[in-house]
Amino acid sequence: MVRLTIDRRAIEAQPGQTIMQAAQDNGIQIPHLCHEPRLIPTGACRLCQVHVGALDRPPVLACATPVSEGIEVVTESPELAARRKLILELLLSEHRVACTTCDADGECVLQDLAYRYDAREWTYGTFPHSEPVPLNYTSENRAIEYDLEKCVRCGRCVRFCDEVQGACALTFDSRGIGARINTAYGRPLHQSDCELCGGCVRVCPTGAMREKAARGLGRRKDLTRVRTTCTYCGVGCTMELNVNPRLNRIARVTTEPGMGSNDGNLCVKGHFAFDFVNSPERLTKPLIRENGSFREAGWQEAIARASQGLAAARDQYGPEGLAFLSSARCTNEENYLMQKLARMAGKTNNVDQCATTCHAPTVAGLALSLGSGAMTNAIGEIKNVQTLFLIGANPTEAHPIVGLEMKKAMRKGARLIVCDPRDTWMARHAQIHIKHRPGTDNMLVNAMMNHILAANLHDQAFVAERCERFDALCENVKDYTVARAAEVCGVDAELIRRAAEWYAKGAPSAIFYTLGITEHTCGTENVQNLANLAMLCGQIGKESSGINPIRGQNNVQGACDMGAINTVLTGYQKVSDEAVRAKFAKAWGGALPANPGGRVTDFIEKAEAGELKAFYVLGEDPVLSEPNQAKVIESLKKLDFLVVQEIFMTETAKLADVILPATCFAEKDGTFTNTERRVQRVRKAVEPPGEARPDWRILCDMSTAMGYPMNYVGASEIFDEIAALTPSFGGISYERIDKLGLQWPCPTRDHPGTGFLHKGRFTRGKGLMHAIRHRPPAEEPDAAYPFMLSTGRTLYHYNIGNMTRKTASIAQKQNENFVELHRLDAERLGIADGGLARVSTRRGSLVIRAHVGDKVRPGGLWMPFHFVESVTNKLTNDAFDNITRTAEYKCCAARIEDAGAPRA
Amino acid sequence: MQNDSAVESSFDLAPVAEIVASHAPFSEGDIIGALQDVQDRYGYLARPVVDELARLSGLPVAKFYGVATFYAQFHLKPHGKHTVRVCRGTACHVRGSPKIMDAVVRRLGIEDGATTPDRLFSLETVACLGTCFLSPVMLVDSRYFGNLTPDQAVKVLDNMGAKRAGQGTTHQEGTPTCPS
Ligand code: SF4
Ligand code: SF4
Ligand code: SF4
Ligand code: FES
Ligand code: FES
Repeated sequence: MVRLTIDRRAIEAQPGQTIMQAAQDNGIQIPHLCHEPRLIPTGACRLCQVHVGALDRPPVLACATPVSEGIEVVTESPELAARRKLILELLLSEHRVACTTCDADGECVLQDLAYRYDAREWTYGTFPHSEPVPLNYTSENRAIEYDLEKCVRCGRCVRFCDEVQGACALTFDSRGIGARINTAYGRPLHQSDCELCGGCVRVCPTGAMREKAARGLGRRKDLTRVRTTCTYCGVGCTMELNVNPRLNRIARVTTEPGMGSNDGNLCVKGHFAFDFVNSPERLTKPLIRENGSFREAGWQEAIARASQGLAAARDQYGPEGLAFLSSARCTNEENYLMQKLARMAGKTNNVDQCATTCHAPTVAGLALSLGSGAMTNAIGEIKNVQTLFLIGANPTEAHPIVGLEMKKAMRKGARLIVCDPRDTWMARHAQIHIKHRPGTDNMLVNAMMNHILAANLHDQAFVAERCERFDALCENVKDYTVARAAEVCGVDAELIRRAAEWYAKGAPSAIFYTLGITEHTCGTENVQNLANLAMLCGQIGKESSGINPIRGQNNVQGACDMGAINTVLTGYQKVSDEAVRAKFAKAWGGALPANPGGRVTDFIEKAEAGELKAFYVLGEDPVLSEPNQAKVIESLKKLDFLVVQEIFMTETAKLADVILPATCFAEKDGTFTNTERRVQRVRKAVEPPGEARPDWRILCDMSTAMGYPMNYVGASEIFDEIAALTPSFGGISYERIDKLGLQWPCPTRDHPGTGFLHKGRFTRGKGLMHAIRHRPPAEEPDAAYPFMLSTGRTLYHYNIGNMTRKTASIAQKQNENFVELHRLDAERLGIADGGLARVSTRRGSLVIRAHVGDKVRPGGLWMPFHFVESVTNKLTNDAFDNITRTAEYKCCAARIEDAGAPRA
Repeated sequence: MQNDSAVESSFDLAPVAEIVASHAPFSEGDIIGALQDVQDRYGYLARPVVDELARLSGLPVAKFYGVATFYAQFHLKPHGKHTVRVCRGTACHVRGSPKIMDAVVRRLGIEDGATTPDRLFSLETVACLGTCFLSPVMLVDSRYFGNLTPDQAVKVLDNMGAKRAGQGTTHQEGTPTCPS
């Protein structure tokens, strides 16, 4: 601790802190323009000058001067005021002072300081502004507008883009009077390296940068800020929707450092992708199918019709006659109600959500190995990991904020190992990139463990004390030599050895994986094997060390936690456990169903077989998201009755008998649980369109109509019921998570939540090691289909794209499907970069744009699945994980051929 | 994804790889040197060339561009072998620099800021060359020509091999569009 005084107030600071940081930590504001807590100080604006010691000594820059013991800092004096005024007047002489029409009026640092120091805009000559405003790199861009004449050249935007986002799209162009912000060669922003994170807008202290879409929607100071949780991925960024209540519109999105795990950062979706909320395509009235087309209906009629259809199937065919698909996009409260509705009103355990499509193998695999299936570390711990081991994860695109935390770790010197068949951003920046063949993960992991054991690098004490069945593991990995793995995986043996050694020795190491691991026929085994690796090396159950599945959809963690799974109730309490059943039966006032129930992939197969008669789908679009689309449609058509609760007319909704218009995250209250198990608030910011209703209300009405009355006054009452029934949520309440969410397990009111899991003891007691064999994918390349196709997501879109694709600025960046292939294959087959190619599998075929390069391996293909007009899941294989029935999206055999000329 | 401009094909990008290789392992400290090498090889910092430089070095192209615009030694547009600077400062102005400029513009066939098609001359104006006692003044590379008349100015250029306007045979190669 360093002791000093600021304006005669005695404060304590951390050694190495600057005067600016120490002041801010203690709530003392020193004027500044260029300083930003996330950025390296540059001393550009010189407004932060303060006296240290005698007032007649030259002042120093608070943002660039470290604290030292006993100094006396003075932040205001006539001398400092005069200096600041001079600087401000010089800035104003180059500034188009147009506060009357500026979005930032009332929320502009320059304006505030000018007022405070009485700086006049005409002292050094008023600024001769140009009309029309000269074109710049944002003129053609639909997302952001840069106004050179309001820029104070503080450089925050450039530094943010470089130091935080790592995109380095921006730079200062020229110097002195002519200096301005630009992209390289002034190319339009969307054609630069920009990732559209919006960070440059958020850090700009003036009105020089703004969102184009916010123009005319109200001055910043007049917008109401509603703190909520982003709806786009498992990171669960805390953000503020800035709403114009008169227009019932979200004008822009902001967030501040310190507000949540995202610490002031957002990705393109979080910052820009909210045009869908106000889209004219929203469903506004219940719809009922009649004579082959839809007609509008009142709520009463729609609920009556829907509940009759579901109840009829229940009464006629029993628990296997109907099924419920809950939604990882909906809140915890709604998922809780959906599974309660399924079990109590539907009298069936046939309830699932999209985790089956993505992380069900995580939930199952980690439960088997460790006893609970969630990310074991917190997002905030990532920056202190010393060896990052990524396998089948692409965080900079799929979980951008986790990506930023990893970049922080890398800046602090962390080593990065990436195992991925594709050159992702992380792979390109890794010290070790193992570019193995898709579907060979267990070969690779087994060989790593083989090498670790041979080199005696495993944590013997940890294994002896905390794990069981170590012998089975040793026995199993014996014949997985590094040489064999090198051959099968198609990578250099030395890389495997080095990766194994680095991982084992890392102080600490942590594993991060996503769907590259789970979306395989051996998905659960892949997960178990990663748990093996972590246990073997004792790299788990510690701060910044563990095994971390990064969850995909915003609330897929919560949907699982809430028991929207056939085999478990809330908090993974087993349906098969008598005591648990008794507890719930008492609370819910009725017996729980006993049928085993199935997964969404089972539902579709049973519909196909004619066994499943009625299906209630909440906020999901299986027609687009499930593999082998043709078969899915055929199966759903065989249902007697389909209810879809949605915000848009999705492909699945088109097949429905009743469509119920629901609300999106910005129109209701509730909670989402992010990938680090943090339960966070979702708050209503705007009114829903037309007659659309919050999902939880619709569920209550439906349940009541089906004969099981449900009645709640609001989301918080539902949450309290969840907390009462779920030990790991017992200590959480809306009151406690008002500002910052809590990480479960949080069993009691005074429990602070749990940052990392398995400290000292695994949830299941001892960690269970498993002997995992390598099994090849269900479908492998052959003469007719010689390529291996994998699918995945991109930074710019979410899932099936029906939300993100409504935003024009995102469409400008990426608006069509594509296939990545290797340049050697492209040359051989005569496929041009940007040309059209036909991709076919045994299930279907598509003509799409080819992206030729060396991102994928020769013989590999990669496609996203966000585009309704070009459905990638026409191609994917409906082969499933043996345990969780998750489909093998990452491997199927395909063919590719030239289909047309390159783009003009 | 970067904008592929149509001019890209008119550059032979092979030498960029050699330049990057000569700086291996490439770090931010090599940016200035590599840009100098590129400028020596290509005459100026054409966008496709710098894009390639960024791609091969693994550093963001914005960093190269920032450095390129920071230092006066770098040219983003084709630049002539000789730089002609005509002073338009107050002293020179009153003593006839507009006429000098007119003559030079006519003689070279290019406007202020441009380069002759044969890449022999680039023409610039400057606020004051600091040699008002010689006004009107023209600076060619590092040589000052003072107390000029328009005819003398033209003669200087003739002696340096200026072709008659419109005689240029070489075609001006890809000037990358710069919207800003
Ligand atoms: S939006 Fe983000 S990536 Fe794009 S220029 Fe701004 S800070 Fe950089
Ligand atoms: S645009 Fe904003 S953040 Fe960037 S230099 Fe100008 S004033 Fe600063
Ligand atoms: S990282 Fe995820 S939660 Fe954060 S802004 Fe982006 S999509 Fe939203
Ligand atoms: S804040 Fe210190 S110089 Fe700008
Ligand atoms: S005005 Fe021309 S040299 Fe000074």
